[in-house]
Amino acid sequence: MGTRKCNQITSTGEPGPGDGGKTGSWRVLRPVIDPNVCIPARKNINACFICWLYCPDCTITRTIPPVIDYEYCKGCGICAEECPTKAITMVEESKFSSKG
Amino acid sequence: MYIIESGNVAAAIGVKLARAQVIAAYPITPQTPLTEKLSEFIESGTMKAAYIPVESEHSALAVCIAASTAGARAFTATSANGLLYMHEQLHWAAGARLPIVMCVVNRGVGAPWTVWNDHQDSISQRDTGWIQIYVNDHQEIIDTTIKAFRIAQEVNIPVMVCYDGYILSHSHMPFDLPDQKLVDRFLPPYNPEDCLDPKNPTNLNSVTLPDVRMNIRGELAHGYMELRYLLQEDLRRSIQVVADVEKHYKEIFNRGEGPYLEEYRCKDASFIAVSMGSLSFQLRVAVDALRKEGIKVGVIGIRLYRPFPDKAIVKALSKADGVIVFEKAISYGYMGTLCSEIASALYKNAKTPFVHNYILGIGGRNIRTEDLVDALRNSCTKGKNTDSADTLGWIGLKI
Ligand code: SF4
Ligand code: SF4
Repeated sequence: MGTRKCNQITSTGEPGPGDGGKTGSWRVLRPVIDPNVCIPARKNINACFICWLYCPDCTITRTIPPVIDYEYCKGCGICAEECPTKAITMVEESKFSSKG
Repeated sequence: MYIIESGNVAAAIGVKLARAQVIAAYPITPQTPLTEKLSEFIESGTMKAAYIPVESEHSALAVCIAASTAGARAFTATSANGLLYMHEQLHWAAGARLPIVMCVVNRGVGAPWTVWNDHQDSISQRDTGWIQIYVNDHQEIIDTTIKAFRIAQEVNIPVMVCYDGYILSHSHMPFDLPDQKLVDRFLPPYNPEDCLDPKNPTNLNSVTLPDVRMNIRGELAHGYMELRYLLQEDLRRSIQVVADVEKHYKEIFNRGEGPYLEEYRCKDASFIAVSMGSLSFQLRVAVDALRKEGIKVGVIGIRLYRPFPDKAIVKALSKADGVIVFEKAISYGYMGTLCSEIASALYKNAKTPFVHNYILGIGGRNIRTEDLVDALRNSCTKGKNTDSADTLGWIGLKI
């Protein structure tokens, strides 16, 4: 199926996950949240969510615990950089693919 | 009502009658009197529009892009190096599918510096995705400027109305002033479905990936290549739209020539001279002289240059024995662009006339009618055997 039915004649998009395409395919490093360190996960309260706020692709949920959508997470590492508790580690993507 | 005014003023009145809402332009010879007139209209309150002064042509078009995106009818005008300076924004305006109208008052480009007329400025913008129409008198300047807004609006593609610097821009000629009420009937207000809306924020023309994507509503959205394909598809479609708009204008104002080209003494012609802009009127004088000598020659002035109305051009030329293309611009390193395009359009035909190409009037070099007569006679009598079949003929060159 092609895009003929798409009624846009120019490139428009609304802010939201996926608007930049499958940016997950760009990822070299995967952000992994440690629930024993992450504030909302550890204390079971709605707090912090700095990662949710900073993620440029809106791929982290504002939930307990925060969940990353790896379809669209491009692996930029901003969440890991901004997380005040250092709960997020950037892990090489090859580590996951080698395990299948 | 007939009035006598310059070509630049004719364009300015056309823009006023079209009720353009935002004007942004930077003065450059020979376009300056056009924008001065528009700022006068706005200053005196006879035209309701925003005149936005800018520091460059690049910014002038950027302002028009923003205004058009916000849903306003936008106009700008420029010449020569000003147009070249807009180049990046020209592509943007077409890619963003904005119905901006621009008058290009044709002038040669530097270096060396020149302020005189040729067509190198707008011909060099051929591939930007804009519609280009070349006009050849003051009546056509005012009428085409009004029509341009309608065409642009119909197909969401910007339009350049090109007319010769000085020859048309600064000369005074009588022309009929279209009635405002009739113009309003012809040209409805611009009310785009999609335009900037603070209540509904969107990303416009941000990075668009090589492949198609699901947008956030789960619909399959175009990638870059689909959007560019649509621009081409709609440009080809606009060949018909230009004719429809022309017909509509003729119904209301009872004037107008063929939408794509204007033929003069072509019916029985064995040879046809082709050009764009005011030169096609001068060629009519040369054709009259040669007809007296018994040479069956006619002239075609091409109005619509982009999209290229190849079918209409082939229809008009294919019966001739020879086609002689006179151009005020050149694709450096090859030949005149119009000539190579005409030759390529004719190539599909079983019977192909010989095609000669003459370059003339570069940087305002005087075009003598006697020289046109000589060149035409030479091509018509010697036909395929003249040198210019392989090499370009330059008229008026004193090297
Ligand atoms: S920024 Fe760090 S601590 Fe805060 S919610 Fe995200 S992962 Fe948890
Ligand atoms: S690395 Fe973190 S901030 Fe970057 S896209 Fe992925 S989840 Fe968002």
